[in-house]
Amino acid sequence: MPTNILVFCETEGGQLRKSAFELLGKATQLAAATGGKVSAVVFGDADAASLGAWGASTVYVASGPAFGTYVAGAWVKALQAAIASSGANVVLGSASGVTREAFPRLSARIGAGLSVECTDLRAEGGAIVGRRPVYAGKALVDVKIKSAVGLYTVRPNSFTIGAAPGGSASVVALDAGITDADLDVKVVETLKPATQAVDLTEADRIVSGGRSLKSKESFDAIVRPLAKAAHATPGASRAAVDAGYAPHGDQVGQTGKVVNPSLYIALGISGAIQHLAGMRTSRVIVAINKDAEAPIFQYATYGIVGDLFEIAPALEKELTKALA
Amino acid sequence: MKIGVCLKQVPATDTRIRVNPTNTGILTDDVKWEINPYDEYALEEAIRLKQAGKGTEVVIFTLGDVASEARIRDGLARGADRAVRLDDPAFAGSDALGKARILAAALQQEGIGLVLAGRQSVDTDTGAVPAMIAELLGWRQASWVDKLVIEGETFTAHRAAGGGTREVVTGQLPAVITCDKGLNEPRYATLPGIMAAKKKPIVVKNAAALGIDAGSVGAAAALVVEEAMSLPPARPAGRILQGDAATVAAELVRLLREEAKVI
Repeated sequence: MPTNILVFCETEGGQLRKSAFELLGKATQLAAATGGKVSAVVFGDADAASLGAWGASTVYVASGPAFGTYVAGAWVKALQAAIASSGANVVLGSASGVTREAFPRLSARIGAGLSVECTDLRAEGGAIVGRRPVYAGKALVDVKIKSAVGLYTVRPNSFTIGAAPGGSASVVALDAGITDADLDVKVVETLKPATQAVDLTEADRIVSGGRSLKSKESFDAIVRPLAKAAHATPGASRAAVDAGYAPHGDQVGQTGKVVNPSLYIALGISGAIQHLAGMRTSRVIVAINKDAEAPIFQYATYGIVGDLFEIAPALEKELTKALA
Repeated sequence: MKIGVCLKQVPATDTRIRVNPTNTGILTDDVKWEINPYDEYALEEAIRLKQAGKGTEVVIFTLGDVASEARIRDGLARGADRAVRLDDPAFAGSDALGKARILAAALQQEGIGLVLAGRQSVDTDTGAVPAMIAELLGWRQASWVDKLVIEGETFTAHRAAGGGTREVVTGQLPAVITCDKGLNEPRYATLPGIMAAKKKPIVVKNAAALGIDAGSVGAAAALVVEEAMSLPPARPAGRILQGDAATVAAELVRLLREEAKVI
């Protein structure tokens, strides 16, 4: 049976998010393996037609007052309508603040199996196999979905974006029949982060600090400037957050954020199991720690045993020069 | 208003995970269990809401076998009033949707008006069950909340929206709220609390008591099938750089650029 895939493409400020292109690339591969087609669904104003070049043959667009900021009830209803219109048997979305609510709701509403936070998807004998981390990445599980429609969310940065294959899409206005009853939870205010840095979960480079920073002042004086020099997002270990060096939103680990960057620089982090669980899939890990026996060195691509208060400023200088 | 807290026991976060010989799950023989860390924020918030006069009773709901009663007692010792433990051989092997059906039936039966749960359990890591419960009950929801205000029949919550942005959302009760770190500082059980907890009731309910069709839950009804569990591939051995600060910094930047190609 052909695998027809619907990709939920999220936008931010009217622009399609990077994750939309990651998902469309993978969807195109998976659909091609079974002779299926790829369609996309977009909410609000965005360049929907451009998704044709990325493999979507049809793009469903929902617009109107319910499709500016996120409204759970309306968005679930529109996704349901898009699935029905497209005839999709696989639905992909990026693991995000929207899909973490909307996809489980959709799953319960239409009786579709759901696999969240996948880091890989593959076609196997006409079926899709999703691979997802469990126990915060200490183990991986391969899952198959038995229902007629399967829902998957995919962790950002899991798939690389290749060249656009080219093509064009027909753009179809989606009428989900939204009524006032669907405007169930309303966003009354949006609080933007103080920094301009990319969020940890989507960051391609991260510089994290641990308890060895010793104070909030030295965390701010060492970790944040180095992150800036590396064009990276600052992060922190649980020990550093619990000690008050950084806010809880910066915490990387099993009870913080699970990250997946190309480069992770760990400053004064020993590498407790729960921290490693949150960052072990980083492509390149750099560990800087004065304790040569610290567990983090077993995971590090490059290790430096020494005083972070001397090494970090030197590294900041070199990175500033290199990335100028 | 009765407040329900979904509480689950999970392996402690410092547990070294080992996969069983059939690759169907983890070895649990020397696992130390604890209350799911995010559920502690949910329980704490429920207790505070009751103390502030926003709730009449705090009821713990746990889907789990008798071994999970130690964690339920801990929750009762911290201040919950009573607990409902959901246990039936027919529940075994339920996927997230099956678990949501069981919990939704129990929450409805107990007349709960506000459900607080952790943002995810740190074992299966789906975070999907609370939103499914909201859908099954036709309730509102807000997830990954680090600030919650209940006024009359309305909730206002600060939720993580992704990209570091937080959204302030409002909706009508009844609702399901999932709790994030930062919402509060969970208390520990006190000795008088531990003594009082021994007398607090834990009621056990099975599928028949909940009035749910045993065929709608458990392994046979699961839409999501776990084929195989594995450990992540080991990382190749790394390289330790030697020299003074300026030397290692320059060498590291060269390697990141020329060898690893990440900058």
